[in-house]
Amino acid sequence: MGFLPFVFPLAELEVGQHLYWQIGNLRIHGQVFMTSWLLIGALLALVVIGTKKMERDPKGVQNLLEFLWDYIRDLARTQIGEKVYRDWMPFIGTLFLFIFVSNWGGALVPWKLIELPSGELGAPTADINTTVALALLVSLSYFYAGLSNKGLRYFEYYVHPTPIMLPFKIVEDFTKPLSLSFRLFGNILADELVVAVLVFLVPLVLPVPVMFLGLFTSAIQALIFATLAAYYIGEAVEEHH
Amino acid sequence: MPTLFLFGASEGGLFDFDATLPLMAVQVVLLTFILNALFFKPVGRVVEERESYVNTSRSEAKKKIAEVQQLETELKDQLKEARLAAQKVILEAEQDSDNLYKEALALATSEANASREKARLEIDAQRDDALNQLKSEADNLGDLIVERLLAKK
Repeated sequence: MGFLPFVFPLAELEVGQHLYWQIGNLRIHGQVFMTSWLLIGALLALVVIGTKKMERDPKGVQNLLEFLWDYIRDLARTQIGEKVYRDWMPFIGTLFLFIFVSNWGGALVPWKLIELPSGELGAPTADINTTVALALLVSLSYFYAGLSNKGLRYFEYYVHPTPIMLPFKIVEDFTKPLSLSFRLFGNILADELVVAVLVFLVPLVLPVPVMFLGLFTSAIQALIFATLAAYYIGEAVEEHH
Repeated sequence: MPTLFLFGASEGGLFDFDATLPLMAVQVVLLTFILNALFFKPVGRVVEERESYVNTSRSEAKKKIAEVQQLETELKDQLKEARLAAQKVILEAEQDSDNLYKEALALATSEANASREKARLEIDAQRDDALNQLKSEADNLGDLIVERLLAKK
């Protein structure tokens, strides 16, 4: 299977194997959708429970949701700016929440207990398709934000402050989604691999601190992705003087 | 088939791009709209309502504190004025009673003087009367003595 050792079974560890679903003549990675649906379902359940009976004095889950909302608003407001952050807060927040539950869900839920005919369940963000999809959405968003806020004057950004910047700014449009997607993909996959390899080599105690480190990395990666997405949108809508 | 095998694997691989990518993008966009309707809008409404409630309450409280302070200063002024008025009233009453005392004293003194003068005048008149009477009686007696002496001769 391929000339690089990405596809090999390492004990119970399977890398680069997927559970394929055939829809028409399209093929999709079933395990990614299965975990993402479960995690999105959990997220939506939390949201529905927390917003069912909201009061001015918050109780229980409403507290958590309001904390998250406030956190996301601060993130969007500091990166995008006071003027348009409201339009982009749901997108930034969804990126943050989806990536966060995906990363933590992949690390915390014992997916290994569920046997699949091929591949294995894990964090949806450990699949390159997911991270590239998210990164391309971010690219589309900042183009849309820039064009809808400033019209064609958005392209002034490419020659700001001097036209010498033009090639760099064009290259940036390609490196932004590339770095976004590969940073997330690499971190989450590496975390899963490190834990799996450690569990394979030393099944006791030693993997636990690495697992905690993995949780930490997962949270940080969600924050980084959301912050960078907000920063790119903010950069696109910023007025140059 | 939108499949892209970056690392030459005919099946699978780490960089196995396929229809998962666009479907995942659609799913995330859908999730954005769902979360916007279920989470960001309602929670934002509650949080912003509370923020405005807290702000209006705070400004109202500030207004009330200012009112209370104003009332306090007004009351203090009123108290000061009342104290001054009371002192004035006390002073006036003291002066009044002083005046009354003086008047009464003067009246009594003058009355006493008048009655003493009257008594002196009466005494003088009676003494003069008595003297005159004595004088005339003495004259009579003298005349009588003289007559008697002359008659004996």
